[in-house]
Amino acid sequence: MNEILTMFSYGFIVRAFVSGLLISLCASLLGVTLVLRNNAMISDGLSHVSFGAFAIAAVFGLTPLYVAIPAAIIASIMILRLNEGKLHGDSAIAILSSSALAIGVTAISIGSGVNVDLNAYLFGSILSISQSDMIVSIIVCAIVMALYVFSYNRIFALTFDRDFAKSTGMKTDRYDLILAALASVVIVMGMRMMGALLISSLTIFPTITSRYLAHSYKGVICTSVVVSLICFVIGLVLSYVYSLPTGAMIVIVNLIVLLCAMLFSTISKK
Amino acid sequence: MKTLVEVKNLCLGYEGKEVIHNLSFQIEEHDFIIVLGANGSGKSTLVKGLLKLIKPMHGEVIYHLQKDMIGYMPQVTKVDGHFPATVFEVVLSGALNRLKKRAFFRSGEKKLAMESLEMLNIADLKNHPFSDLSGGQKQKVLLARALCATRELLILDEPSNNLDLKSKAEFYDLIKELNEKRGITIMLITHDEHGKESLGNKILSFDDHEVTCTRREANA
Repeated sequence: MNEILTMFSYGFIVRAFVSGLLISLCASLLGVTLVLRNNAMISDGLSHVSFGAFAIAAVFGLTPLYVAIPAAIIASIMILRLNEGKLHGDSAIAILSSSALAIGVTAISIGSGVNVDLNAYLFGSILSISQSDMIVSIIVCAIVMALYVFSYNRIFALTFDRDFAKSTGMKTDRYDLILAALASVVIVMGMRMMGALLISSLTIFPTITSRYLAHSYKGVICTSVVVSLICFVIGLVLSYVYSLPTGAMIVIVNLIVLLCAMLFSTISKK
Repeated sequence: MKTLVEVKNLCLGYEGKEVIHNLSFQIEEHDFIIVLGANGSGKSTLVKGLLKLIKPMHGEVIYHLQKDMIGYMPQVTKVDGHFPATVFEVVLSGALNRLKKRAFFRSGEKKLAMESLEMLNIADLKNHPFSDLSGGQKQKVLLARALCATRELLILDEPSNNLDLKSKAEFYDLIKELNEKRGITIMLITHDEHGKESLGNKILSFDDHEVTCTRREANA
């Protein structure tokens, strides 16, 4: 217990805790929409694009967020547009992901004089979370929360049956765009802590877990948020106490919770 | 008789390629229109056009209904059968067009959803997970959602798909009842010949890009 209390005497842990908690919350909400619309891999694609953008920003000495946020938003719009054409779904995302990774890695090796911590980009580092990251996280979280509270019924209709929602006069294209843009920003923010390779787990795991535990849409949303927050806190504390990588610990805790949920669901059905 | 929808010289298609050419017909109050045709003949394109999911390439659709007051029931297979939602959540989402600028449903809309469930005798399924239902029950839930959107005009896309013979007959009886007893205008899209003999007062038939609209003399 003492160890946990002293943990919060470090400024970087407090920043990581606040940003991480808010980003986990946003990721779990947006994750429900992405997963239930069978778009789970979009977050994976966006994380690779963000990696490319971070790498380019580092090589050119730019502020990473200023490059990564617009790049991820543009990528998310491209994925939405590509979905309507010949190149769609998984293949569009795969092409975008690998291209962005390749560009990022090339940029890093061209600028080899620049000190770039590739490991931190790929697997995250809580040391990299700055004061301004924390402020952006708070703003993004406020927007995502407001959207999910005030457009709850519209987002449900859109997620369940887009054509029906559109036939009632709902501006579905506008909502798609807003949700994709917010998902991109959340992925970029979460990448600091989780890394490009692990961030998509924050959007996917909580939803999958909650599907084993809840049967209503409201239930899945609430369970997903709770699961996401609990896993984040446990993961962060374990990583501090045992000096293990934070992103990886959060994913492992999420995995254990998912396995427990699957077991619980199987037992309760018998 | 009041005209609800006028379709005038309508051409619909995708990427510049016409699927429906110069189609004109009217939907009048209390009509029961059967839209018949093989797969790929353009029936679903017509539905998309009527619902304003795609823009006409030429011609127009004029609505004499309250704005966005069309109850649409998609093919059951178009909806994710494993989606985590209760029956009530699905049906209530039909009232989306009544929200206007509001964020939340009021008691009036919840009552409407409950009435729609009762109308189709599935009120007992209210709190059941949608994913646990049979094909026929899912079909009824989607119909209840459409009834929640409007009591004026329902557009039903291939409701008999994936139903066994008994559920199919039951479903057709139900729609017939909605049309005859509640005066709800129905447009039913099907490739199932079963409907041709027993249902409808108008038949819109899609054959080799020729669309013919015939009126049945003895009103069904």
